[in-house]
Amino acid sequence: MRRVVGALVRKDLRLELRTRESVPAMLMFSVSTFVLFHFGLDRDRLAGDLAAGVLWVTLLFAAVLGMNRLFVAEREQGGFDGFLLAPVDRTALFVAKAAVLLAFLVVVEAAAVPAFAVLLLGPSAADALPDLLAVLLLADLGIAVVGTLVGALAVQTRARDLIVPLIALPLLLPVVIAAAQASSPLFAEAGAGALPGRWLVVLALYDGVFALLAFGVFDFLLED
Amino acid sequence: MVFGRGLRALSIASVVLLTSAFALVFFYAPNDADQGFVQKIFYLHVPVAIVALCGFVAGGVYGLRYLRSGDRAHDLRSYVAIHLSLIMAVAALVTGSIWAKASWGHWWVWEEPTLVSFLIVFLLYACYQPLRFSIEDPERQARYAAVFAVIAGAFVPLNFMAVRMAESLTHPRVLSTTGGAMPGDMRLTFLLSLAGMTCLFVTLCKYELASKHASMQLRALKRRLAGDDGLAPLQRSAAPQHL
Repeated sequence: MRRVVGALVRKDLRLELRTRESVPAMLMFSVSTFVLFHFGLDRDRLAGDLAAGVLWVTLLFAAVLGMNRLFVAEREQGGFDGFLLAPVDRTALFVAKAAVLLAFLVVVEAAAVPAFAVLLLGPSAADALPDLLAVLLLADLGIAVVGTLVGALAVQTRARDLIVPLIALPLLLPVVIAAAQASSPLFAEAGAGALPGRWLVVLALYDGVFALLAFGVFDFLLED
Repeated sequence: MVFGRGLRALSIASVVLLTSAFALVFFYAPNDADQGFVQKIFYLHVPVAIVALCGFVAGGVYGLRYLRSGDRAHDLRSYVAIHLSLIMAVAALVTGSIWAKASWGHWWVWEEPTLVSFLIVFLLYACYQPLRFSIEDPERQARYAAVFAVIAGAFVPLNFMAVRMAESLTHPRVLSTTGGAMPGDMRLTFLLSLAGMTCLFVTLCKYELASKHASMQLRALKRRLAGDDGLAPLQRSAAPQHL
């Protein structure tokens, strides 16, 4: 299992390094959206819950771009057929794809969150960095799991680009609620407040439930 | 397989239960001390919402059974349950909105967590039909729809929890009044409305199942009479078209 997942992840990362389709697009999208928010809200600096909302909505929409592309190569270049012919556990594909989406999100955020801090964020979030990283990581896990599931569900449909956001946005709403609530005290004007622990618990619970669920149903999306 | 069994009894039971429930609502249950007459919409709104949520979860359960057994009848049941629950959900949102306008003065109140989580669940399930419609292969359509139904069914309770935690509870908690706090005559009326609405939902499900099944059989008979060439080709549809 570990070798299979490793091979699949390496394949996807190499593909991304050569084609550069997803990550640059996600990053450009995030930065453009920050600029849009600056003009849309007509504010130079954001703080507190407004800052958290802008950050999380932007990251979520950027993640939807990644979900759209996640399985396209498998479908169009016959990757599904090749994988199904190989005598390996089907769940390996799910684990690998979720890991790849997680890696994309981490790379995008490594650039987009500093860009957000420079462009829009008023108070310095430097003190709260470890807390923010914990929130980001837990939220990314949830987005990666649900995104992989939705991407696999939508890739076989005719209206792929429409189905992904339609399904993913309501499904990921609890993640946005929890992540925005958890990070809004970190961006407070008066200096970073304490991290609300119960929202981290909600995020972890969401991640766990959907990881188990995806583990159970993913096979049915491949069987042909 | 017969889907129409017991339809007459169920229909009569729904009519009787709902009529007597509404008779109780208007002539027996007391007016609410705070909200007055408007509060009576509670006896319509809450049962509709509960039935819709249970219908969504039932759709997920049938989806799971379809995935495990491959029996297309379960796919049909899952489709019908979610389809009718969507209609119930629209009714719940509309009645909830009317209630909010009457008692809080606004058509939409973000502080009421039950209403907001219901909207999110509705938005998610509104994608069910487009998802089915955009998959052509009937076997794959059934399988993917079942996976969606299972995921969404599990999403319902998680979503309610997250939204409820996020909203500050400034407004009266509606669902908690269904517990021990409700006076006896109100509770009796409410339980009867709930039973009537459940009965109505099951009856409507049976009607739709029977109708879908009848058109499938009709098509099979036509094919036997006229052969494949004599039949108009099936149009693409979100509903299952074969068993």
